[in-house]
Amino acid sequence: MALPNVETPKKESLLRRIKRYYRVRRKKRMNRTLMGDIGPFLLLIVFGLFSAYPLVFTFANAFKPLDEIFMFPPRLFPRNWTMDNFGDLFNLIGDSWVPFSRYLFNTVFITVAGTAGHVLFASMAAYPLAKHNFPGKTLLFTLIVYSLMFAPQVTLIPNYMIMSFLGNIPGVKFIDSHSAIILPAFAFPLGLYLMKNFMQTVPTTLLEAARIDGAGEYRIFWQIVMPLVKPAWLTLIILLFQQLWTTDGGTFIYTEHLKPLSYALGQVVAAGIARTGSAAAVAAIMLIVPVTIFIINQSRMIQTMSHSGMK
Amino acid sequence: MTDNPHVQTNKRDKPLSRMARFKISLKKNRPYYVLMAPYLFLFFLFTILPVLISLVLSFTFFDLLQAPRFIGIQNYVNLFLHDEIFIIAVRNTLILALVTGPLSYMLAFLFAWLINELKPKLRWFMVLIFYAPSISGNAYFLWRLIFASDMYGYANSILIRLGFINEPILWLENPNYILPILILVQLWLSLGVSFLAFIAGLQIVNPELYEAGAVDGIRNRWQELWFITLPQMKPMLMFGAVMQITQALGVAVVPIAIAGLPSVEYAGHTIVTHLMDYGTIRFEMGYASAIATILFVLMLGTNMIVQKLLRRVGT
Repeated sequence: MALPNVETPKKESLLRRIKRYYRVRRKKRMNRTLMGDIGPFLLLIVFGLFSAYPLVFTFANAFKPLDEIFMFPPRLFPRNWTMDNFGDLFNLIGDSWVPFSRYLFNTVFITVAGTAGHVLFASMAAYPLAKHNFPGKTLLFTLIVYSLMFAPQVTLIPNYMIMSFLGNIPGVKFIDSHSAIILPAFAFPLGLYLMKNFMQTVPTTLLEAARIDGAGEYRIFWQIVMPLVKPAWLTLIILLFQQLWTTDGGTFIYTEHLKPLSYALGQVVAAGIARTGSAAAVAAIMLIVPVTIFIINQSRMIQTMSHSGMK
Repeated sequence: MTDNPHVQTNKRDKPLSRMARFKISLKKNRPYYVLMAPYLFLFFLFTILPVLISLVLSFTFFDLLQAPRFIGIQNYVNLFLHDEIFIIAVRNTLILALVTGPLSYMLAFLFAWLINELKPKLRWFMVLIFYAPSISGNAYFLWRLIFASDMYGYANSILIRLGFINEPILWLENPNYILPILILVQLWLSLGVSFLAFIAGLQIVNPELYEAGAVDGIRNRWQELWFITLPQMKPMLMFGAVMQITQALGVAVVPIAIAGLPSVEYAGHTIVTHLMDYGTIRFEMGYASAIATILFVLMLGTNMIVQKLLRRVGT
């Protein structure tokens, strides 16, 4: 008789405590259930692992000795860290008639030139679109928005024809040169779109004050607007960098010593199981650079994205 | 009174005065046109002009050797009536797009929404984790290892150890598995720019609106989401949709890297890989242009419809 009497209040009190906790929380915030708290966390953990595991694994593979790469069952982190794979990679590509440094240089050159040009040109074009009215403005921006709506693959083939046609002009070379990748990158629509939206946040009064002080439009753009939109051009840098860093030259570049790193990676991976170690090293190199740049600039990128909306 | 003669001369010289006004406007706005010129030149050269060329060439037979020959809508007729592989490509593209498009769009929003409630440091970390695959270069090569066809492929080895199968499955050689694997990989790397836009959008929703909503009788998080958060984020939702749709319909790099070109029984063939096949391997440029034009119409059309639908969110 006494036992249940003792036990029931205990049980109830625990239950009541949980209930009370949630009743209190409900007053503070929107009502929440226990599942509503645990569910999202589980979801984030499961999908976070799905998202991160392959990347961490790829990266860690580059530092494993060969026997550990082939070890079964596979382990996430290497037991004996080694840089051998990178050494193998340099030897491997050093033996080929195009040195590894050449591929790396090509990728770095394409990426840096393309990104720099894009940031500059897109900002220059974004400033008038964001802060001034002139005939043709609406039409131009509408064209930019529509061009966001189809992928660059649509223009792949005519682009090739345009480039080979322009190659007839003396001194102009597109096909089989880096400019085939770099120049189109200057005019990607996404960068201009984001930059224009971000520039709209620059206060117009500031520009007017500068104008009264006698600054010309070019000076206003370069000395006042550009420093204020730093988050936006860092975002453009990330987006372009990531896109250009992974380009393999596609159909545009066919001379071996002009090919970028991504192409070399494809070759190493295609060579099959014998080069697994080197392939892991290349994958790590390809992976770490864009991710690092994003790590440094995440907050600025999100700041830019808060103005990405479409009306 | 004094203005009268002036108005009349203006009327007489109207064409001239419009010209003059145009000149004045051009002069006044010259710095803007100068600033835009380099970008717009390249934009027209590499985006607008190609679309027009593609449209024109789609009505011709053109193999780069002889001048284009006008053949009417023959390319389109061939595509839809005589090219079985194109139909497979369309089917695959639509399956991929219909699954990965809406799913990745919703996941991007869901994760952004959940992550938004975390503490700043943890939020930073989770954003990195979910966004990293889309910027990780060619890391999707790893999925080739996971679905390798021998028993050392990770998927096979796990299934064998768990006793589900006795012999390795030829994942990337079996047409039945190729499409689901492509969907999986595509989903893995699809949390891109739109995901960041959602994260940013959630951060700028005015918190006072939630309090006001609570007063007005909003009872749970779902109502809060539908009546406050989503309408506030509508511009980001529309931007995100454009990014996801364009990505979902333009799938090509992953199928080529994972299943090859052409893939087994064209199981991983998409509209874009078909386009690449004809445009960069067979050099049938007229035919490839017709494919590009169809893709263009498909992408633009889907985007416009979805934009219309999204305008209704929360109303």
